[in-house]
Amino acid sequence: MPDVPGPPEETVTFVLDGREVTARKGEMIISAAERAGTYIPRFCHHPRMKPVGMCRMCLVEVSGPRGATLQPSCYMSVADGMEVVTASDKVKKAQDGVLELLLVNHPLDCPVCDKGGECPLQDQTLAYGPGESRFVEEKRHFEKPIALSELVLLDRERCIQCARCTRFAAEVAGEALIDFAGRGERVEVATFPDRPFSSYFSGNTVQICPVGALTATPYRFTARPWDLDQVESTCTTCAVGCRVAVQSSANRITRLLGVDADPVNQSWLCDKGRYAYEAVNGDEVAATPDAPDAPDGRVTQPLVRRGGELVPAGWGEALRAAADGLRAARSAGGPGAVALLGGAQSTNEGAYVWAKLMKGVLGTDSVDAQLGDGLPADLVLGLPQATIDEACHARAVLLLTGDLREELPVLFLRLRRAAVDRTTTLLEVGPVPTALTPHAAVSLTVRPGDTAAAVRALLGGGSAEAHPHPAGPTVDDADLARARRLLADGLPDGAVDGTGVVVVLGRPSVAEHESVVADAARALAQALPGARFLLALRRGNVRGALELGLAPGVLPGRVGLEAGRAWFSAAWGAVPDAAGRDAAGILSALAGGEGVRALVALGADVAGDYPDRGLAARALEAADFVVDITGHRTSTTDHADVVLPVAVAHERAGTTTNVEGRVSRLSQKLVPPGEAWPDWMIAAELAAELGGDLGLTSDTEIWSEVERLAPAFAGCTARLLDAAATRDGVVVPVDLAAVPSHPVHPIDPMGTPGIESAERQGAPPRVGQSAPPPSEGPVALGDGTASGGDAVPGTGRPAAGAGIDPAATGVAAVHVGPADSYSLRLVARRRLYDAGAAVTHSPSLRPLVPAAEAHCNPHDLDALATASGEPVRLRSARGTVELAGRADDGVPRGVVVVDANVPAGAGTLHDLIDAAGAVTEVRMESVR
Amino acid sequence: MSHLRPDILERARELIALYPRPRSALIPLCHLAQEQDGWLRPEAMEEIAALLGITPAEVRGTASFYDMLHTEPVGTYLVSICTNIACLLGGGAELLEHAEAHLGIRVGGTTADGMITLEEAECLADCDRAPCVTVNHRYVGAQTPGSFDGLVADLRAGRRGDEIPPHGTLVRVRRSTGLQADPASVADERAAMAEAQAARAAAKEEGS
Repeated sequence: MPDVPGPPEETVTFVLDGREVTARKGEMIISAAERAGTYIPRFCHHPRMKPVGMCRMCLVEVSGPRGATLQPSCYMSVADGMEVVTASDKVKKAQDGVLELLLVNHPLDCPVCDKGGECPLQDQTLAYGPGESRFVEEKRHFEKPIALSELVLLDRERCIQCARCTRFAAEVAGEALIDFAGRGERVEVATFPDRPFSSYFSGNTVQICPVGALTATPYRFTARPWDLDQVESTCTTCAVGCRVAVQSSANRITRLLGVDADPVNQSWLCDKGRYAYEAVNGDEVAATPDAPDAPDGRVTQPLVRRGGELVPAGWGEALRAAADGLRAARSAGGPGAVALLGGAQSTNEGAYVWAKLMKGVLGTDSVDAQLGDGLPADLVLGLPQATIDEACHARAVLLLTGDLREELPVLFLRLRRAAVDRTTTLLEVGPVPTALTPHAAVSLTVRPGDTAAAVRALLGGGSAEAHPHPAGPTVDDADLARARRLLADGLPDGAVDGTGVVVVLGRPSVAEHESVVADAARALAQALPGARFLLALRRGNVRGALELGLAPGVLPGRVGLEAGRAWFSAAWGAVPDAAGRDAAGILSALAGGEGVRALVALGADVAGDYPDRGLAARALEAADFVVDITGHRTSTTDHADVVLPVAVAHERAGTTTNVEGRVSRLSQKLVPPGEAWPDWMIAAELAAELGGDLGLTSDTEIWSEVERLAPAFAGCTARLLDAAATRDGVVVPVDLAAVPSHPVHPIDPMGTPGIESAERQGAPPRVGQSAPPPSEGPVALGDGTASGGDAVPGTGRPAAGAGIDPAATGVAAVHVGPADSYSLRLVARRRLYDAGAAVTHSPSLRPLVPAAEAHCNPHDLDALATASGEPVRLRSARGTVELAGRADDGVPRGVVVVDANVPAGAGTLHDLIDAAGAVTEVRMESVR
Repeated sequence: MSHLRPDILERARELIALYPRPRSALIPLCHLAQEQDGWLRPEAMEEIAALLGITPAEVRGTASFYDMLHTEPVGTYLVSICTNIACLLGGGAELLEHAEAHLGIRVGGTTADGMITLEEAECLADCDRAPCVTVNHRYVGAQTPGSFDGLVADLRAGRRGDEIPPHGTLVRVRRSTGLQADPASVADERAAMAEAQAARAAAKEEGS
């Protein structure tokens, strides 16, 4: 395993091919040899999974009491004085034999096999095999391919039974939907009949299959690996920031592969991140009777509304129209009359330039990168931060968030693994069970709206429920006591300061006001000063957008508006006079005609994504002027006066910031389609049109300005980000002690076949090359001063975090009223496959979007004399929605759960939600 | 709605309680389900999975590995004829050939009336009475082609009902002499083991 934080381990010394090698105690021979520069061929061994010793390719000679014997090196740990020979005649003969046996049943269809050219079986047969086959008989034939799921196909005759895929499903994803069936030569990977391999992580099995047995429907027969061109980049589909290899051919992305970034994704990806590139390519489904609303493709040229219609225009004309509209709004209503929503789809550079344009040039502070489904920026930026690794090794992790498998899938994988391996203990507080509930030591089910009360009770005082529902969930006192004990476990008696505790903080339900979670978070931060927080915000680069100032009351680099006023006024010329509005405030003001007149939607579908859909529609209707900067047509585009085409993921270079504040490189792989521009360029040109010169002409220039001006990014130079040692990114503010000083050790090239980046995952390391190249050396900050983020005396630069106070965040506490025993409280959760552009415009993912259903306790459904699957009507103070009712034992009584971000049948769930209310109470009625 | 009968379900829960990890009871539970249906219906496999906290794919994976677990329907009587070495020398292969001809089915097949499924077995551990034949895992002694025809007629007429239960059932799944210890003492012992393990882990942690 690559380096993990922890105490220095015990070592043993053994003899490898005649030389003494030191290895970690308990390490398998295969890994110890690899680190020492000796590659042992293998198929079933995967560095991120437990050994299984299945394929026998890694046989080596190991000395023992009865002389040297052949042993599987992936299944035998090193011992002091052990003698291992990896290249004797005996070993060679064994490798020949294993390969010959594998090839008895494996077809020689490499010319038509997708794996051909990057196939470990092909490569290792060439390198270690007999060269000649003695097998002249007819090979096996099967019906091919078998669909294990909508995304994964199986060609059984190619399978070599290494069990990588089945082990991944059981061990890493935790859902053994595939397993070996049969015995002997009839073994095959199989699902249970009518239970497809519908896992969010199924694409990983295709990536780690060492032959072409598993193929992915979006990639099958589309390319040959040697025709593909590759860059290493970061996935921005969600905010985990998985490192990926992006491969393309002829200006089209052909596939994404997970790169083994130890602190982040450890080579895994979710299927949404892996296949959403289809939306970038603009592959569209033709409209069919089944799907009459097949989406349009990419927006490739600027559009201007003329006579009620959006018509194509040149950039000059469109930018003039945009500038005129924004200028008119400003002169009519002052700087605050212009607002911006969005920015989570931007790069860090794009977010910064837009913040500079809005706050420095237009003088408005009403900007928000979150669409009412996040957390106040003060909390996100002000709470003490934890990294993913810290969470995975924390004494206890308190989950106060939505279902991570749906929202941040790879973070779910990391935390699940940590819980299974017992490197941490999970405690959960939430309204409904999640995918992590089975792994949590304690799960406290609380009624929506009572989260803060439950947290206070957990911290030692008060009742868990302010207003318990007669039949609703009750927090068990024994569970509460256990959770309390686990929070304090391992600390000296009485010391309950939360040291070693990581709180994963998100929004369990968008129908519960953000102030409820914020209140809980403040209580935790106050009572547990030693605790750290991992902010589970889900939108791509939302963290970067907030860090770079796309939120009301903050300036780039984690600085409050007042604290940074002097510094940024000097740099930018001006900053807004007073704190502006957040998303809810902007939309209410637009709808009510109270001060905001023009809206810029920056890569955000305001109309289709804001939880209170009614408010968003009224706001866009009432707005004098709307600029939509987008890669795809959305429902917001229909309200736009000017539409500007923007480059999306993989079409622009720059950096992104993930949930833990890790800044990593984005690489450009494609030329943007048509006339689309990167978002920073649009901001710079718009500024010029408005009479301001931002003085920024490239993303490198922007980054050096960010590094110079934004305190949290101080020291995070381009040089640091480009160093081989920091390819996995750097957490800001930069702490030099925590920045790795040596390049990441090349990991098993078989771990992720298909990635050919020679430095990283390419050819096996040779003896003498395992040390870092001398030119690389330890990286250092320019002036060798203290950590980045500190105030710089004499310059006026504030410290990162100045003026940001999570305890005084501007959200008013919303009163939660007593429960009405006839009504149900709504939990609006988010699903991975949603109605967003990435899924809607990806033909492979679009069919996977679940139908909206009202999940409730069987008792609550019985009370309506309605069977599971029959329609029910949900009625809130806001609106009415009809959905299929679904009995679900996991849902507590008095609660109804609906997926908030999937297209609902009749009406839209969002119509029920009152964004200003603390909770949404609904009545459920039968439809008959 | 449970597919397994209440008595089967009760025995299943008793079996699960015998093991530290529920999934260890997988194979006994498969036999129990076969006692009810003769083979492992998909519904039964799904229910077993739910009882053990594993996936149906894993149940099917294990069930499809073992010859004594059937993932396809079998007849009321499963007739197994051994063709291992002792039985081969004693005429097992000829007996099997005769059985195929007499029943009008191939090995692995089931007669049209759904009464008899014929299978070729590896050693059934009754070599002193070769060629060895079992019906629903009950020994019926050495058979000759002639006696085999009589056996089939008896089975079809229901004359062996007292010694041969319907469907393939292993006696040991029902045998209750396996666990003589008091469940409380087992629980105590497990707790002590877990404690010792934790202590060892803690000691190791301290040492490292």
